[in-house]
Amino acid sequence: MNGSEASVPRSPWLLTYAAAVFAFLYLPIVVLIVYSFNGEGVGGFPPHDLTLGWYRILFGDGAIWESVFNSLEVATAAIVISLAFGVPAALALDRANFPGKALFRRLVLLPLILPGIITGLSLLMLFDLTSLKLSLLTITLGHGTALISVATTEVFAGLQKLDRSQEEASLDLGANYWQTFWRVTVPNLKLPIIGAALLIFTLSMDEIAVSFFLIGRDNTLPLEIWGRLRRGITPEINAISAVIFVFSLIAILFWYRLRTGSEQDLSLSQELVATAVE
Amino acid sequence: MFSRTYRMLVTVPPLAWVAVFLLVPYGLMFCYSFWSVSSLQTIVHSWNLKNYQELLQKPVYWETLLRSMWIAVRVMLFSLFLGYPLAYFLSFHAGKRKDLLYQMVIIPLWVSYLVRAYAWKTILGSDGVLNALLERIHLTHHPVEFLLYSPFAVVLTLTHIYTPFTFLPIYAALEHIPRNLIEASHDLGANSAQTFWKIIFPLSIPGVLAGATFAFVLSLGDFLAPLLLGGPSGIMISNVVVSLFGAAYNWPLGAAIAFCMLLLVVSLLFLSERLEKKWSFS
Repeated sequence: MNGSEASVPRSPWLLTYAAAVFAFLYLPIVVLIVYSFNGEGVGGFPPHDLTLGWYRILFGDGAIWESVFNSLEVATAAIVISLAFGVPAALALDRANFPGKALFRRLVLLPLILPGIITGLSLLMLFDLTSLKLSLLTITLGHGTALISVATTEVFAGLQKLDRSQEEASLDLGANYWQTFWRVTVPNLKLPIIGAALLIFTLSMDEIAVSFFLIGRDNTLPLEIWGRLRRGITPEINAISAVIFVFSLIAILFWYRLRTGSEQDLSLSQELVATAVE
Repeated sequence: MFSRTYRMLVTVPPLAWVAVFLLVPYGLMFCYSFWSVSSLQTIVHSWNLKNYQELLQKPVYWETLLRSMWIAVRVMLFSLFLGYPLAYFLSFHAGKRKDLLYQMVIIPLWVSYLVRAYAWKTILGSDGVLNALLERIHLTHHPVEFLLYSPFAVVLTLTHIYTPFTFLPIYAALEHIPRNLIEASHDLGANSAQTFWKIIFPLSIPGVLAGATFAFVLSLGDFLAPLLLGGPSGIMISNVVVSLFGAAYNWPLGAAIAFCMLLLVVSLLFLSERLEKKWSFS
């Protein structure tokens, strides 16, 4: 460790323990990436006959690609829905008083902490009652609804730090609410909105518990993977997992680059967790 | 400053959406739990308490619920045992590397749930990585079978998934402890252990409660890890609900179980919120 007194751990046990926890957190990810190059496919030790074969199989796999495009479609639409309702919801929580406000806040945030099965099933019953056929649309509605919580949380946190005088000035100078919203409020909330969109995108791409109940004929990527896992161990899943991991890393790096220079010290996920359990 | 129109415009659309897609569905779940299925496999909209009676009378349901809660309790405890020392280490002993290490705890959170569960399957399976390793170093000669398709595999996987979730609020709580309190404690002659148990730990309790609630609630409702890694003995309550909504085709009974879960989760959230307030610093 480096020279400064404070950074030296007082207890070597604690250091060892922390290292062990890190090892536990990263073991499956490392195994996954290493075995995506394993010639024999899954299992065995040590890995041998390193190959790119699984990646080749993956890239030639039409069903996987179709599901990737389905997921991209769903995630994009989910971002639109969540932001379209989550941003006003944050504004409402910040600026309006109405009966049932506390209940509304809890209700919006509930899908964050609620097991996905409850959100998924209750929506399934709604769609069944209204005879809406299960499809990518129903999955999108599910994701959009569940992830409003993310948009609201992020934007609300941003609003708390926002100085209202700019909006006030804009209104005083004769701009209407619509103009003020687009020209003053939204630009000031750029960072939380982009952050929320990024998080919604990642969560939607990975979502399975809600989608599980709302799926029609077309699979999303996680459901396609799930279907294959249920049929048995298929080594190309290691390859797709490694690819997903790399994409997640890129998303995180992108987010941190965006955040550098901004004074907010809380990370995205931390804010989310903090609000969800408040 | 904001006119009535403005407030209406930002309030009504989200309120309406949330009412239609969250409130009505939860209400519908409640209604379903009082209905029943006819012999012709159609839902009969007649109100009675039969589903709830069945839940109380048939041991398979509440035994599965208790087993799921036991799995969730273990996940919660293990996540705390892993997450708390990690958070403590990062907050007090990581020095300049704090931020980097913090991001390193977050990264696994972004890795697909399914992918991580699947990774454990490849590690624990009878021809998996762990068994091959054990045989290679001649510790075992036959695959150790109990590793996969057992409650153990489910607890291990869920612990792996929810440890970062548990870590986050604990870390946030530890970071909020004013450092001069700790200096004061040392100046007044307390040793490290006394400082920890009398100052640091009590002040971190809200974080511990939040983390524990997260781990418990989310693992209680999980049905994918048990399907993938649990085997027959690792079945959890949500798997029962899934089969009632699928092959067994008894939506009303499934809705009754799901509604009980919803109630359980909401009351736990309420309780944890109360306790957090009680223990919070300010």
